[in-house]
Amino acid sequence: MTVTEEPTLQPGYKQVGSRPIRPDGVEKVTGKARFGADLYLPGMLYGSVLRSPVAHAKIVSIDTTAAAQMPGVKAIVTGDDFPDLAASGGRPDQVFLSQNIIARDKVLYEGHVVAAVAAGSVKQAKAAADAIVVEYEAIDHVLTVDEAMADGAPLLHAGMITRGVDPAPEEPSNVANRIVHERGDLDKGFADADVVIEREYTTKPVHQGYIEPHAAVADVNLDGRASLWCSSQGHFSMRTLTASVLGWDASRLKVTPAEIGGGFGGKTTIYLEPLAVALSSKAGHPVKLVMNRDEVFKATGPASGTRIKVKMGVNNDGMLTAADIWMAFEAGAFPGSPVGAAGMTIIAPYDIPNFFVEGFDVVVNKPKVAAYRAPGAPMAAFAVESMVDELALAIDMDPVELRLKNAAIEGTQASYGPKFARIGFVETLEAIRDHDHYQAELGPNQGRGIASGFWFNAGMNSSATVHVNEDGNLTVLVGSPDIGGSRASMALMAAEVLGIGYERVNPIVADTEAVGFNDVTGGSRVTTATGAAVIQACETIKTDLLARAAKTWDVPIDEVEWVDGQAQHTKGSETPLSLAKLAAAWGRTGGPISATAALNSRGAGAGFSTQMCDVEVDPETGVVTVLRFTTAQDAGTAIHPSYVEGQMQGGVVQGIGWALNEEYVHNDDGTLANASFLDYRIPVASDLPMIDTVIVEVPNPAHPFGVRGVGETGIVPPLAAVANAVSAATGCRHLNLPMSPIVVLEAINQRNEKG
Amino acid sequence: MATVKVQLAAAVRSLTNGESKVEIEAENVQGLIKALDERFPGLGEMLSEGTSIAINGTIMADAIYESLPDGAEVHFLPTLAGG
Repeated sequence: MTVTEEPTLQPGYKQVGSRPIRPDGVEKVTGKARFGADLYLPGMLYGSVLRSPVAHAKIVSIDTTAAAQMPGVKAIVTGDDFPDLAASGGRPDQVFLSQNIIARDKVLYEGHVVAAVAAGSVKQAKAAADAIVVEYEAIDHVLTVDEAMADGAPLLHAGMITRGVDPAPEEPSNVANRIVHERGDLDKGFADADVVIEREYTTKPVHQGYIEPHAAVADVNLDGRASLWCSSQGHFSMRTLTASVLGWDASRLKVTPAEIGGGFGGKTTIYLEPLAVALSSKAGHPVKLVMNRDEVFKATGPASGTRIKVKMGVNNDGMLTAADIWMAFEAGAFPGSPVGAAGMTIIAPYDIPNFFVEGFDVVVNKPKVAAYRAPGAPMAAFAVESMVDELALAIDMDPVELRLKNAAIEGTQASYGPKFARIGFVETLEAIRDHDHYQAELGPNQGRGIASGFWFNAGMNSSATVHVNEDGNLTVLVGSPDIGGSRASMALMAAEVLGIGYERVNPIVADTEAVGFNDVTGGSRVTTATGAAVIQACETIKTDLLARAAKTWDVPIDEVEWVDGQAQHTKGSETPLSLAKLAAAWGRTGGPISATAALNSRGAGAGFSTQMCDVEVDPETGVVTVLRFTTAQDAGTAIHPSYVEGQMQGGVVQGIGWALNEEYVHNDDGTLANASFLDYRIPVASDLPMIDTVIVEVPNPAHPFGVRGVGETGIVPPLAAVANAVSAATGCRHLNLPMSPIVVLEAINQRNEKG
Repeated sequence: MATVKVQLAAAVRSLTNGESKVEIEAENVQGLIKALDERFPGLGEMLSEGTSIAINGTIMADAIYESLPDGAEVHFLPTLAGG
């Protein structure tokens, strides 16, 4: 189902909005596509990484003597093999990244890298890594924001002074940063309310859960240049980050993207890449490193665990009058949780006159958190959307109606500052309200939940090169890894601009030496920004083709127009020249035809989603079954609706897992107890109903085709939608995620005891 | 020279004597930061570090040379990461 507002530009698309098979589809379904671990090079060695078995300790010594003598061992690296960026004046983010790649004087979480080995086989490398002797001196650990913020808590970083506090604290702490957003008069806002509710919410760290573990192959040449193959969300960023950890110029590295088996934000940073390069440099051979699942869970970025306190007021007319919010986000072992984005998104869907939002970025002895779709927003929305649901119940108002009364629209001053341009939040609410699901009857032990969510979406830097081949078909080179069907979207937009068939466009994700710079495939930016570069390059080619047709016909260029993939003489006296004909004659008109576009996209359009969830709760076991789920999301213009729907459904599924099952469980000693997919339960197809999608199309006025990013917004509302549904089904409000069976059963039992 | 309205975030108000809204003349973002720094010493450095800018609602990274239309509403925002 699609709700479409007429696009602002170029109505009547022929390619945009169609649903062709993805260009990379055949290779992927036949097993030919090469993922990160699929590369084998002559003379290649295999690596193994030695990781900390403890959550927090001083490294007293590392003895590699015995390991170096073991069969097949060619190289061992420790922190001493990497430059000390702190000593050389590196930026704090570079220093922390380097320390996360390999520990120096301290290990800060179980799984923190201590050393790495390259040998002739995986077995030899693993045996040698196990033979490295490390002496640790244990330090008390902190695993939660409560522990880390407590008075006298053991410090992860001795000199860390909280930023964002005035005056700056004199004593170091585990709080890296404080953020604040405020507007209006909070006291007046609560005085204006008829109902004020105050609640405290928690969420646990969850992993992005990509199926493909991290993998990297590095090959360092004698001239000091190196090639790197890895699975990531941005090979240019992998080059920049890897080079920074190694102290290299980025241009010494050529990075070739492998296909990516899921990323969801977690592959926008580096882990193995500098280790592989350093090992290859030492060994003089190519080196492959591949994580196992245990390593993925223990050493790569989960999303933050959080504690969020919300106090909100509403009057009997359904107008939100005030919001007072306190948030603490786990950053993992190094600063950089997404609490900033959480603070900017938490009440962004609503026009609330009085608010105070305060957030804290807190380091704990867990792996450094990494981006996870709309970083920070899902946990924030869980808190506020649960609160909005409760406020609607308290004043006996339909939850969609309450949201409509307070919804941000074009011109609303967003809680994070600027005014919104044209946005489609109201349209997503109306799409849910008008859906037959909204009126469907519920049975015993069943409940329905509604929630909304917002994400900025991004633009950023992109480049694209388009070649016309000698047969008139196109090769489109981009530098954005395809994690959600972007090859198809690029091909559709190129085909649309040049008026040719989709099948005549071959989109390629090119390496760092074959195409211009592209920022990561993240922030839901690729269809917007890289798409804009492709569109711009194709427009340049179209202009070139018109000039060549004019030259061929010896007529003024203003007598030539491009219609349906061919040049036409407006006066009708010449036979139209197709792209194939112009390509075949390019030698006579100026040589091969190609164009490059490079831009910093300014045109990202904000995304909103509203979702509706029905659940049934087994009162005997506490098991929650999701019965039905409908999601409405503003895509601006859906270039390839199937992949928009896929993004919407994927976000919902991950959100359901976050709400019901997924959590990091730690032992008292700070080690992770559930580092496998057997014990860390992500939803599988048999757990889920069909996720119904409603693509709302309110075109983004700043993009040539009206595109808005769609990859992240869909994961923002489902945590609260599910929680609101479970709360409705059980008659008790659920404030803590995940709502695993034992938690739900306990809540039901408490409700029964209270009568 | 355009006159723009700058909304200052709570985090920087210790440098602006608590002022949250400022009208100031500048041709582009670079000039705006310089002018703000002259009025509120130290603010320029804070605004140059890890910030995006919103000009009339459009959020931009690396916008130092972006021109400012007369009457524009300007916000400095943290640089955002996406997933």
